[in-house]
Amino acid sequence: MEATTEQQYTFKDFTSDQEVRWCPGCDDYVILRSMQKALPEMGVKREDVVFISGIGCSSRFPYYMNTYGMHTIHGRAPGIASGVKLANPNLSVWVMTGDGDAMAIGGNHFIHVLRRNIDLNIVLFNNEIYGLTKGQFSPTSLVGQKTKSSPYGNTQPPFIPGELALGAGARFFGRIGGNVPKEITQMMIDAHKFKGTSLIEVLQNCVIFNDGCFSNITDKDVKEDKQIFLEHGKPMIFGKNRDKGLVLNKLKLEVVTIGENGITQEDLLVHDAKEKDPTLHQMLVRLDYPVATGIIRSFEDVTFEEREEALTKQVKENSKFKKTDDLFFSGETYTVK
Amino acid sequence: MISDKVKLQPEVVEAVVIRFVGDSGDGMQLTGTQFSDTSAMFGNDIATFPNYPSEIRAPQGSLYGVSGFQVHIGSVEVSTPGDNLDLLVAMNPAGLKTNLHALKPGHTIIVDSDSFSKKNLEKAQYETNPLEDGSLENYRVIQVDMTSLTKEALKGVEGLDNKSITRSKNMFALGMVYWMYGRSRDYTIDFFNKKFKSKPHLIEANTRVLNAGYFFAETLELIPNAYTISPAKMRPGTYRIIMGNTATAWGFLAAAEKSGLELFLGSYPITPATDILHELVKHKHFGVKAFQAEDEIAGIASAIGASFAGDLAITTTSGPGLALKGEALGLAMIMELPLVVVNVQRGGPSTGLPTKTEQSDLLQAMYGRNGESPVIVIAASTPANCFQYAYEAAKLTLEHMTPVILLTDGYIANGSAPWKITSLNDLPEIKNRISKNASENWHPYDRDEATLARNWAIPGTAGLEHRIGGLEKDRITGNVSQAPENHEIMTKVRSEKIKRVQNYIPEIKTEFAEEGDLLVIGWGGTYGSLHSAVKQINEEGYKNIGLAHFNYINPLPKNTEELLKKFKKIIVCELNNGQFAKILKINFNGFEFLQFNKIQGLPFGNNELIEEFKKLVK
Repeated sequence: MEATTEQQYTFKDFTSDQEVRWCPGCDDYVILRSMQKALPEMGVKREDVVFISGIGCSSRFPYYMNTYGMHTIHGRAPGIASGVKLANPNLSVWVMTGDGDAMAIGGNHFIHVLRRNIDLNIVLFNNEIYGLTKGQFSPTSLVGQKTKSSPYGNTQPPFIPGELALGAGARFFGRIGGNVPKEITQMMIDAHKFKGTSLIEVLQNCVIFNDGCFSNITDKDVKEDKQIFLEHGKPMIFGKNRDKGLVLNKLKLEVVTIGENGITQEDLLVHDAKEKDPTLHQMLVRLDYPVATGIIRSFEDVTFEEREEALTKQVKENSKFKKTDDLFFSGETYTVK
Repeated sequence: MISDKVKLQPEVVEAVVIRFVGDSGDGMQLTGTQFSDTSAMFGNDIATFPNYPSEIRAPQGSLYGVSGFQVHIGSVEVSTPGDNLDLLVAMNPAGLKTNLHALKPGHTIIVDSDSFSKKNLEKAQYETNPLEDGSLENYRVIQVDMTSLTKEALKGVEGLDNKSITRSKNMFALGMVYWMYGRSRDYTIDFFNKKFKSKPHLIEANTRVLNAGYFFAETLELIPNAYTISPAKMRPGTYRIIMGNTATAWGFLAAAEKSGLELFLGSYPITPATDILHELVKHKHFGVKAFQAEDEIAGIASAIGASFAGDLAITTTSGPGLALKGEALGLAMIMELPLVVVNVQRGGPSTGLPTKTEQSDLLQAMYGRNGESPVIVIAASTPANCFQYAYEAAKLTLEHMTPVILLTDGYIANGSAPWKITSLNDLPEIKNRISKNASENWHPYDRDEATLARNWAIPGTAGLEHRIGGLEKDRITGNVSQAPENHEIMTKVRSEKIKRVQNYIPEIKTEFAEEGDLLVIGWGGTYGSLHSAVKQINEEGYKNIGLAHFNYINPLPKNTEELLKKFKKIIVCELNNGQFAKILKINFNGFEFLQFNKIQGLPFGNNELIEEFKKLVK
């Protein structure tokens, strides 16, 4: 997977000749450009990169990348990507998906790919709405949200993608706003480096059907106060003035202010993304205030293909069957003259 | 005790049908397999069929818990497991009750009389004991206290509990049948030695019981109604007994090695297809990647991914699973990727009759996708030729770059028969269409002029990076295109590509008659039944009846129409409500296609076919 040539790519090398057809102002453009900038940093050869998508706005993504790609059917990208990776573990495989694609029609594949821990990367464009079908509620839409299919307000409680993912055994989960290209790029690089299934949830604004759905979290003027950007090994601190932080109070996370009630920075929790036990990561992904962003979990584990490879090697070494003829003529055969 | 109300008149026949029945736990599958393997080694042609309940452990002694194994052995060609029994071995009352109807009048029943207790009779819903009430007087009943005799034989063998003692009574029955048909015990004793290598007391016990049964039959001088089954005349070569599903799996192993590709299976367990998964997971030594997915859709989806990445990719399923795979199959078809879908058909619709056979997924295979979505459809017709058609499915998909559906069915998938082992050297070449080198004018949808198959550029190949997908694509570049003319052209090209497969498949040939009064048409797993029926009627003097059995359904062989013209009447025989007949009607005008359909989850019986054919030729 690592490039052995001296070739240095730029984002242009990963830009296809196809005209990008998302709505003007869509965060998808930010994600696209972030990816095109991340790939040259990964040191991976262009021909070894494969983008797989399902159906939805996000799923047009592969057409815009000058790599191998498949735009497949609704919800099934994780299954297809698993097949690509198992057929050729040398490839860098990316699943580009949305909230409906991944968690409604494709929910089963989404949880199972995370459970297996195949070394591939998933970028989940979460805009809490169905965009391509013009505005129905999705599995992440809020209760009460008025959409084309819920004119009086949505009555179905949402999934929290990180909660679902961690529950399914995700080893890598990152969350990031759709308006911070540098951070998205970095997270993509980190996801690529991570061995195992990585999931990035991008809080992606849909300018047409759900405009502003994350503005109270991601807008420039509020994001420092409303988000806590987590970094492994660093204290859980946030706020414009860097004076807010998280502590554990009994079984709950609590926001505290440094300098009040004798709280100092030393009292704050220190983020451990690499911890095997996901309990604290679960609490973090569920927080409404502040909303946790950054790499929340990054626990390195054995991958599915490593297990398979080890077994295959072992079976090959111990087997008397080298060619199919060895098998066909083995055991109980008899000859007719 | 042998009832002598039926006068025994042993006859010399060329083939006999024996069925072993008992409780699910009585080891009938093993008994049957041992008898058929021994007979095959002796040189008989054989065909077998297991019949077991869909319940895994049904209550002991119950009618629905009866497990059976039927074997047809012959000194002549044997093409089905047979209809009517010459010998029924029943280990309990429930087995007798549920299988007696299949026994030919005057023929032999061997029963374990120890098992005819009050309790077991009640469970089998017998009001009186059939061994005593005279209801079996049209048969020759051999009552053997098998359980007691087995216990007696095992006296003094150390380390056996009561359960293992009773469980070995099936070997007593097998020993008896070996003596009756003059079979050697060597193969089975050899089998004990291997199977119980580390448990010498079990070798000792099973061998003792087998011998006890054998000598018991000798002492009674038991003779079957029919004997003299000499070795069959089979083509010279090395053979093995193979089950249809195993043969299917092996066909793909061979195709992978021949084509130089790795084999990828994406699958989800479903009866009766699961044995293909069971078989392929064993073969990691050949680099087989067998992936048990979370559902049917992920099964085919992973296979599509593996195909895109350059593996020989297959997915295996049965009827309901094919329905679930429909959308993804359409994707593989529009992306023009190689992919084989194996559908081991079972009784439908919906969950239907999961353990029974049927041919009712033909139209689903042909048309069960949205849009204009033709794929190649072929069907295996015997347990052994599942190998050949799996290989052929792989060859066609790789050379023509379009999905292939391979249809088999529960009957041939679970049945077994001798397979003349085909060495890899004797199989035809498979040329895949992988593009290795980048060139300026390369496009993913450049096509071979003759076959219209497109290129296969796999990730990892520098300079051939491209995107494909489920949206209609430009006919050259593969980029998304909504252009009206382009869609029509692409639709026609995909259809023409399938049609041109006709140039690469064999013509259809008739058996028994090249022209005449009646053409019997069949397809897929009914070959054995139709072949033996037409053969028999032919031997009775009806020389004007031919059989045309189809393995290639889409496209049909080029000469099909020509062949139809050579017969006055045509009858299409299927285990469904007339699906292949519909396909023939669509394709060929001016013919009357009579139908003979059976939808009982069972194969055709010889007699019902012969009766029908005779009516038509008078």
